[in-house]
Amino acid sequence: MKAAPFAYAKPSSVVETLDLLERHGDSARVLAGGQSLIPSLNMRLSSPALLVDIGALAELRTIAVKDGRLSIGALVTHAALERSPEVARHVPLLAEAVPHVAHAAIRNRGTLGGSLALADPAAEYPACALALDAQLVVRSSKGERRVRAQDFFRGLFETDLRRGEILVAAEFPLAKPGDRSAFLELARRHGDYAIVGLAAFRGAETRLAFLNVGPTAVLARGAASKKTLAEAKAALKSDLSPTPDLYNSAATKLHLAGVLLERAWSRLST
Amino acid sequence: MGKAELPLHAPGTKTDTGYIGQSVPRANAQRLLQGRGTFTDDLRFPRLAHVAFFRSPYAHALIKKLDFSKAAKQKGVIAVFDGPKVAEYCTPWIAVLGHLKGIKSPPQHAIAIGRACWQGEAVAAVVAESRSQAEDAVALIEAEWQELPVVTDMEAALRGEVLVHEDLKDNICFHREFDTGGVDEAFANADLVVEETYHFGRHTGVCMEGRSILADYNAAEHSLTVYHSTQAPHMMQDIFSRHLGIPEANVRVIAKDVGGSYGIKVHVYPDEMATAAISVILRRPVKFVADRLESFLSDIHAREHRVKVRLAASKEGEILAFDLDDLTAIGPYSVYPRTSGIEGNQVVNLTGGPYKHQKYRAKMDVVFTNKNVTCQYRAVGHPIAVALTEGIVDLAARKLGIDPAEMRRRNLIPDDAYPYTFPSGLKFEQLSHHRCLDQLLSLMKYKELREEQKQLRSKGVYRGIGLAAMIEVTNPSPAFYGVGGARISAQDGATLRLEPTGMVTVLCSVTEQGQGTDAVFAQIAASALGVSVDKVRVITGDTGVTPYGGGTWASRGAGIGGEAVLQAGLALKANILDVASKILNLEKGELDLREDCVIHRLTGERKMDLAELGRVAYFRPDTLPMNFQSELTVTRHYTPRQYGFTFTNGIQASYVEVDPDTGFVQLLKHWCVEDCGTVINPMLVDEQIRGGVVQGIGAALYEECLYDAQGQMLNANMADYLVPMSGEMPDIVCGHVSTPTKQSQLGAKGVGEAGTAGAPGAVMNAINDALAPLGATVTRMPFTPERILQALKKAG
Amino acid sequence: MEQALDITVVVNGTEVQRRVEARMHLVDFLREELGLTGSHTGCEHGVCGACTVRVDGTIVRGCLMLAVQANGCRVDTVEGLSDSKELAKLQKAFHEKNALQCGFCTPGMLMAAQDLVSRNQKASREEIRLHISGNYCRCTGYQAIVDAIDEVING
Repeated sequence: MKAAPFAYAKPSSVVETLDLLERHGDSARVLAGGQSLIPSLNMRLSSPALLVDIGALAELRTIAVKDGRLSIGALVTHAALERSPEVARHVPLLAEAVPHVAHAAIRNRGTLGGSLALADPAAEYPACALALDAQLVVRSSKGERRVRAQDFFRGLFETDLRRGEILVAAEFPLAKPGDRSAFLELARRHGDYAIVGLAAFRGAETRLAFLNVGPTAVLARGAASKKTLAEAKAALKSDLSPTPDLYNSAATKLHLAGVLLERAWSRLST
Repeated sequence: MGKAELPLHAPGTKTDTGYIGQSVPRANAQRLLQGRGTFTDDLRFPRLAHVAFFRSPYAHALIKKLDFSKAAKQKGVIAVFDGPKVAEYCTPWIAVLGHLKGIKSPPQHAIAIGRACWQGEAVAAVVAESRSQAEDAVALIEAEWQELPVVTDMEAALRGEVLVHEDLKDNICFHREFDTGGVDEAFANADLVVEETYHFGRHTGVCMEGRSILADYNAAEHSLTVYHSTQAPHMMQDIFSRHLGIPEANVRVIAKDVGGSYGIKVHVYPDEMATAAISVILRRPVKFVADRLESFLSDIHAREHRVKVRLAASKEGEILAFDLDDLTAIGPYSVYPRTSGIEGNQVVNLTGGPYKHQKYRAKMDVVFTNKNVTCQYRAVGHPIAVALTEGIVDLAARKLGIDPAEMRRRNLIPDDAYPYTFPSGLKFEQLSHHRCLDQLLSLMKYKELREEQKQLRSKGVYRGIGLAAMIEVTNPSPAFYGVGGARISAQDGATLRLEPTGMVTVLCSVTEQGQGTDAVFAQIAASALGVSVDKVRVITGDTGVTPYGGGTWASRGAGIGGEAVLQAGLALKANILDVASKILNLEKGELDLREDCVIHRLTGERKMDLAELGRVAYFRPDTLPMNFQSELTVTRHYTPRQYGFTFTNGIQASYVEVDPDTGFVQLLKHWCVEDCGTVINPMLVDEQIRGGVVQGIGAALYEECLYDAQGQMLNANMADYLVPMSGEMPDIVCGHVSTPTKQSQLGAKGVGEAGTAGAPGAVMNAINDALAPLGATVTRMPFTPERILQALKKAG
Repeated sequence: MEQALDITVVVNGTEVQRRVEARMHLVDFLREELGLTGSHTGCEHGVCGACTVRVDGTIVRGCLMLAVQANGCRVDTVEGLSDSKELAKLQKAFHEKNALQCGFCTPGMLMAAQDLVSRNQKASREEIRLHISGNYCRCTGYQAIVDAIDEVING
């Protein structure tokens, strides 16, 4: 399957990038790692007129502690996340999630920002962002704004990004002593999209973010407020209305969500 | 690895087996390891054009109008063709055979005319200077459709309320019944009757290399050369010749490196026929490679069955009778030329295969639907026959409280009962079920595993052991296709030529797709001639160069092609010794060949290098006697005649752990003990078995072509259609028993499909063994977590 | 804005310059423009791994990268790494253990395997299986491949 023709631009600055996106709107797509965009182009599922390759924007490749948060640039690859001592130390939930992302060759190119901006409900990072109450840093020609994860993911492949904006970084709170987190997912084969996954965090607050249970990752607020596992599992029935997929009914997904919660529970409590 | 024994009956038995039984690494793997192979898509030709197809988005629709005007104007487009245009150059076909009584199918064209019958059927062709440009133009074809009712459910298809083809009276492609008689009495008198319905999910081959064809018509000669990723070049030569109206000897089919086939590439595909016709129309080379998305919609599918089976047994566990009702859904056409009736036919033939019961009754219907076409895929009906047989036998064992291994022991045909005629009419030359069972139980440490299983059950860990005994069709005679009128050759030939420098070239009509056919022939030739194997070159897959033959299918390569190579090798050796005796002035009987040299048979003294003999025979025949002519190129053919099929036997075991919370199945280990007669290269055989087992595991756990009620395939890509990957596969232990066939000197039977035949049944039985304490059973493949959770009543 | 661009890429140590359509992916560039047909396409949506090549020292899916993205990069294919002998140990082990049959997945499999071998750390069979779990092979059943990589890594 060969992609339909498109034009290509590789801006050398964020300002130039924003200008292009402002001008071309929906007929342009941002090319970061390309690990999700290029398959859709090859399969002619999308045919933008213009690809804006942001690969030259070096400023989006940094990982640094800033203002009490770990700021990870949008172009940081999964592989770089995997190797990063800062991520391992400050955002262990993310470090635990990364090995579940596809395979090595894809992790070498795919990016954090690309995954967050695509907002695939089965992806790992949106759930992690929800669980950790991360902030997404969005820049336009008018400046920067920060969006809480729970406000950023709005629907199936839909985020709060507006015309002329790009995601430049994601900021995660630094892990404190006593914080606990767990990332679990159930997939048929290593590297597959999960049938259901759970990014769980217990610190000052408890947040349980399930992935692939709906059009976006979902915080199970009822379950998170319960003190016992049994109560939490029961609460999942009202927290989650999973959408069935090709192989798994809503009932199966709900059941598996409960199983993951059970498996995470002891890790959150130690 | 030990050397296999040559059959004792061979005339002139030699104790030196040469390379037979040795795990010699394949010479032709070197180029593949360096990315220097030549797959059909790697070929470049002057003026090469590329074709992409406009495919029906509907499962059933009238093609009211096709407008090519925008498409034809696109950059790089050379031509756009519809069905009627291609039909001027390529005649249609009907896939029926005389020995499948009553089989019917409507004519099928290379490109659909007037009506599309499955989602993905090619309805127009765009030819352009690049594939990209062709696809750009396909996107601009405007079509008007009138949707027609869609038939997808097999039971509904059988009832025939909606017809796939209006001018056929029903949707039945093929119906077969078989009855030994005495079945009702056997069931009435049995101590135990068990019954089960098994469902097998439709799935497909997913070859790494997509179907590929490059057709090159030469208008000056009215000749056609087709580079084709096919298993049966001579069959295709005949078909291109007849359907394109080109004399047979003007058609040459060449199979370069083939990236996997497993039966997918032994059938006639309308889009490939269209490609060849387009080359004739345009008088230039034209290439088509099926990309992955269109592969899912157009490569043959297979194995969609609903089977009801009953078994009658005594309370001692003696199997008395099987009663079978099989329904299978194919596509809208029987596939050419082998027909889509064979898979179901094999299920009828093979059910109950390893066992010594005498009563059997079967009823089988093959029905048309508006899903993709189906046809023979590795192991054909065996995976279904073995799984349903072994499943119902396990069920009977469980109800009688008999250990499954013991149940097999009591019922497998005894090893000394041969030759044996099976209730469905199959004739077995010599099988070794009990020896294989012995070896399996020993290899897997069956008793210890059962003990381990018991211990772990008490801790809430659910492991299961599943067995699957099997018989397997190999080395078929013309009984498979020829008798039905198909121009599919059951004989093969090999030409062996001594080169002047003492090297040997083997030309054989059996083909290579990676299983190691070329390597095996080199080993056989080298053994027959007493030369070192690295002096042998093998050429296969070229109708212009090799003898005429059948190609690769039904696990016939080593057994049939190998025997032709052996006989040609022995005959060439005799001719070489003729020349040697003249040069050396010694009696032929005093000479032999060993290590590239003519030697004195008794003393072992080296008399003359083959290279020297070659020099004299080819360049100095003036030094030989006046009335002597060297014949250093020999051709021999071989056809298996005595038995319709040369059956092999084997037995597999699977050890699994089922997680009752998630429904996930972990494959802990797998064993296969197989008897394929003389083993020429143990390493190649074992990895063939393993590859086959993993394909079977795919069927059991992962693979299914999912369709909605409108006949739309829902998972036609590699992310949604799940194939086995390395992370989930177990190590697979292979063992062998060797019962050579007496039908050939080589004694080799086939083995390529054995792994696939038995693995699904073994895995199913292991899962059900694991679930037994929880009162759950699964019968619908693939066994996804959801289906297991449903059996456990944990999910809706 | 251009639909076709000039690119300069160092492929197997040799600098090449071509004008390519932006839509052309890296494997098609290697195969069609440079005649390096050792890298294969098996799915063109990044799942099968047959297209695995090395860009600037790390393995990537060649079908998920545009040729224009490789502008200014170093690309190594199976042909180059065969000639440089970097793959020699793996190729020998694959050959001796029959870790290939049809050979279509093999170049991608070798690239993925070499990625693990080049880390110069021990790896268990399980770890080897997981590392190559993104490379589809239909012929072998994977075991001989694992055996071959195991031998090269662990001796």
